[in-house]
Amino acid sequence: MSTITTTENTPSRDARIASAEMTAKARARRRYALVIALRLVLLVVFLGLWEIGADTKIIDPFFFSSPSGIGEQIWTWITEGTSQGPLWLQIYVTLEETFLGFIIGAIGGIIAGIILGRNRLLADVFSIYIKIANSVPRVVLGSVFIIALGLGMASKVALAVVMVFFVVFANAFQGVREADRAMIANAQILGASPMQITRSVIIPSAMSWILASLHVSFGFALVGAVVGEFLGAKQGMGLLISTAQGAFNANGVFAAMIILAVMALVVEYIITQVENRLVKWRPQPFNEQGT
Amino acid sequence: MNIESVATRKVAPDASAKDAAIAIEDVTLRFTTPDGHMMTAIRDFTMTVARGEFACVVGPTGCGKSTTLNLVTSLLKPTTGTVRVMGEPVTSISRDIGFVFQADALFPWRSVVDNVAAGPLYRGVPKKEAYERARDWIARVGLARFEQHYPHQLSGGMRKRVALAQTFINQPKILLMDEPFSALDIQTRTLMQDELLTLWSELKASVVFVTHDLEEAIALADKVYVLTAGPGTVKSVYQIDLPRPRVMADIRYDDRFVEIARIIWNDLREEVQLGQSRTLETGR
Repeated sequence: MSTITTTENTPSRDARIASAEMTAKARARRRYALVIALRLVLLVVFLGLWEIGADTKIIDPFFFSSPSGIGEQIWTWITEGTSQGPLWLQIYVTLEETFLGFIIGAIGGIIAGIILGRNRLLADVFSIYIKIANSVPRVVLGSVFIIALGLGMASKVALAVVMVFFVVFANAFQGVREADRAMIANAQILGASPMQITRSVIIPSAMSWILASLHVSFGFALVGAVVGEFLGAKQGMGLLISTAQGAFNANGVFAAMIILAVMALVVEYIITQVENRLVKWRPQPFNEQGT
Repeated sequence: MNIESVATRKVAPDASAKDAAIAIEDVTLRFTTPDGHMMTAIRDFTMTVARGEFACVVGPTGCGKSTTLNLVTSLLKPTTGTVRVMGEPVTSISRDIGFVFQADALFPWRSVVDNVAAGPLYRGVPKKEAYERARDWIARVGLARFEQHYPHQLSGGMRKRVALAQTFINQPKILLMDEPFSALDIQTRTLMQDELLTLWSELKASVVFVTHDLEEAIALADKVYVLTAGPGTVKSVYQIDLPRPRVMADIRYDDRFVEIARIIWNDLREEVQLGQSRTLETGR
């Protein structure tokens, strides 16, 4: 009896399930649209209040600039170039320094982390010195590099390398140490040599740690490059900020800041894409499924 | 009651057999804990596994069951005594050994086929042949349609099948298993036990299977080693003469099985209670 009822109801039941799915999907879409809308509202309100505040002199635009002033400044830089040459050149120089520093520092950090993570004696010997080196405020080294390497690109790259190295090193080291014991023993018994274990077990399992550190450390590389330029340079966004600061040009400082933020966001996006490609074996986090 | 009639009898642990696959002779293993205490993991431990024999090790928690397996692999070295594999003293990891772990030891960043091919690839088998053999073994454990899946996309039972294929592809003469099925639900476990016995009868390997589940031990084994509460030593050894092939789902209801379980459990129970009360007293 009950089976017959179910069979008879099948079409309408399927239809109900389908419509329930549609409703759920529509609800998810509406929620997504709402979040985007609220974000835009927040941005507009914030910029609007800032602009009004600056117009009515509640916020002094001489010190705190205004959205329109920043926009104008960026436009002037794009169309007429900056006091030290075209804007694109400044961005290019800073990006080049950042990337060089990031790549050298990251590769160095990964190699050092894996070697020390795999060799307990070396780790015990070096750990104390790494701790000391890590506790020195690294930005200060910028002055040393400028004295030693001059006003050119080398000093900025060196500072970016130092900023990146320790972060990546610490993560790579930790990642190697956290590699699953059973997994290593499994590889060993399956016949892997120490080198094969490093390549096929240690590095992949440390990879998520390393990638996590690359996110953070790109920001650090940018800080290294900009601070280096700030301390003394002939080109770059840091110099642009420092020049604007010297001329009490708040618009210039804010405009450079925004350009830097956009640069960082773009690169961050690229790193995320690379990461997703590298760790496709990882389960999707639950809240991201189906999006 | 006549013990012979219920297909089990106590036998003496004996390390004299020259052709034994595994011979652990009078081994004591002590190590120093990080806070400087000396710990005895196992003491005066003697055990032999003949070629093609299926031996199970049962005992209370923390009595050194897994330690015995690590002695055979050479990942742990005995403080005194000797361990021989195929007649040779153990110095490094023998190529004849396969090990199935309790925890998931698959490589999560490798697909099923890459996981199974890992052993031959490590041992220098050409890529093409390694993958052919891997596909063959994946089919034998019934996962032909899941070759390209990653471990996180499989159920616990399927991951265990991959682990079995990964181990068996190296054709080990000695198979060490450390509570391999303890994380599975009971139905899956029964299926996996059948699967294991089938693979084992084809491979004719010598097996040491560590478990805390006495029924599992009796159902699978030729010989059951009962260990004392830690530091572990062999309390008694039972020969299990249940006929093969055995069917896991039915064997639990066999009268002889029930009788054997009762006899060995009487032996094991004291040790379990001792181990428990000791843990509660020392708080470790």
